Amino acid sequence: MQESEKELREVAKKLLLEKKVDLIIGYEEGTLPLRTRPIFIREADETKKLVWNFRCENNLCFYLKMAKERVGIVAKGCDIRSIIGLIKERQIKRENIFIIGVPCSGIIDRKKIEDILEGRELLEGIESDSQIILKGEGLEEKVDKDKLVHASCKSCKYRNPVLYDTLIGKEVSQGEGEEYSDVEEFASKSDNERWAYFNDEASRCIRCYACRNVCPACYCPQCFVDQSLPTWFGRTLHPSDTLIFHIIRTLHIAGRCVDCGACSRVCPMNIELRMLNKKAEKDVKELYHYEAGISLEELPPMATFKMDDPQEFIK
Amino acid sequence: MEGNRIVSKEKSEWKPRIIAFLCNWCSYAGADLAGIGRLQYPPNVRIIRVPCSGRINPYFIIKSLQHGVDGVLVSGCHPGDCHYISGNLVARRRFAILKRILEFAGVEKGRVQFTWISAAEGERFSQVIKEVTQEIKALGPNKRFVKEA
Repeated sequence: MQESEKELREVAKKLLLEKKVDLIIGYEEGTLPLRTRPIFIREADETKKLVWNFRCENNLCFYLKMAKERVGIVAKGCDIRSIIGLIKERQIKRENIFIIGVPCSGIIDRKKIEDILEGRELLEGIESDSQIILKGEGLEEKVDKDKLVHASCKSCKYRNPVLYDTLIGKEVSQGEGEEYSDVEEFASKSDNERWAYFNDEASRCIRCYACRNVCPACYCPQCFVDQSLPTWFGRTLHPSDTLIFHIIRTLHIAGRCVDCGACSRVCPMNIELRMLNKKAEKDVKELYHYEAGISLEELPPMATFKMDDPQEFIK
Repeated sequence: MEGNRIVSKEKSEWKPRIIAFLCNWCSYAGADLAGIGRLQYPPNVRIIRVPCSGRINPYFIIKSLQHGVDGVLVSGCHPGDCHYISGNLVARRRFAILKRILEFAGVEKGRVQFTWISAAEGERFSQVIKEVTQEIKALGPNKRFVKEA
């Protein structure tokens, strides 16, 4: 971990000094224990603040949409898939982006840490190779890193960047396990059970739209829920309206979502948004043999068609 | 919308209310032909004419359910016959994902149905409406997405 961090800083410094990029977007240590935050670097000296570890959870590709200059970006496997999506949809230009790819063996889910803390305050987090020691007042607990890994990361098949300008560190082994086992298990439940589950999740939604705002695939100047001439989408907190918001959003990002998990991470109400998105991803893969963010050439599946597309669902 | 609802206290008298989105060029003409041919079909469908099946926003379908409709039927031109060349083909992909996601979320199979009906298929139109009405009758009133008063 330490070595790749050193390498990362050197690469970033060189890029800025050689004026290959105007801005580096990466991660720095946050002010809270076990947290990192995004950093925007324009001066070569500042590159020493850059860090890379399993706590770098943000999908920084989100900031590329606003950048007007040449940007060097520190990106994990999933972030790079988002970048490919944005390039393909002509939101950013490939020549303006310098991708510093970092192989990632999974990031930790701070919500899982919060579950362990049960409201106690975390004052210090000490990392070793396979364990994290959580310290606070009247608290000292050792936790295996594997237990804290984010749900999206566990079975991730793209831990090594698929597209990059320079690669930091060594390639890592891919995630194990069946990618869609959660979805399949859930799909085997009855209609009523599934409906009750989604209704329950949606009833907690407070419509803060954090999931939409953080999503790398959501960049419409005006989102459907903000349309007001007329206001044809329900705006109440009724589970019917909130569930419809999540379902329509899932449809909008079907074939574009790369399961970076940003929406689940930002959700203040801990709504399991991943289930719907993963299902859409699975369907697109089954029906149109397409995976988002893998190649720059393939057309987005929902923007194209084939004469012999499956249509067994049509009477 | 609530005022138009066909609701009755006794379940035996309950009649489903179905919205059919028909494309202007094929399915709507197909329905017209059924009318001209004096073909009988259940009066439970309310037809909404759209320019093309590609015009149908998935939200139209979900919103219909939210407003208490018991079933939705979407019909367009057969693949290859679209007036706009490929409207129905793009729509087909959209519908495939929509249907799977809705069913995944717990909307009963058969609540939302899709079909292709050409302008010459008046007979088929009345047949499809009969089938859809029967299936939705069997499912009972729609409870999904409906806001309880």
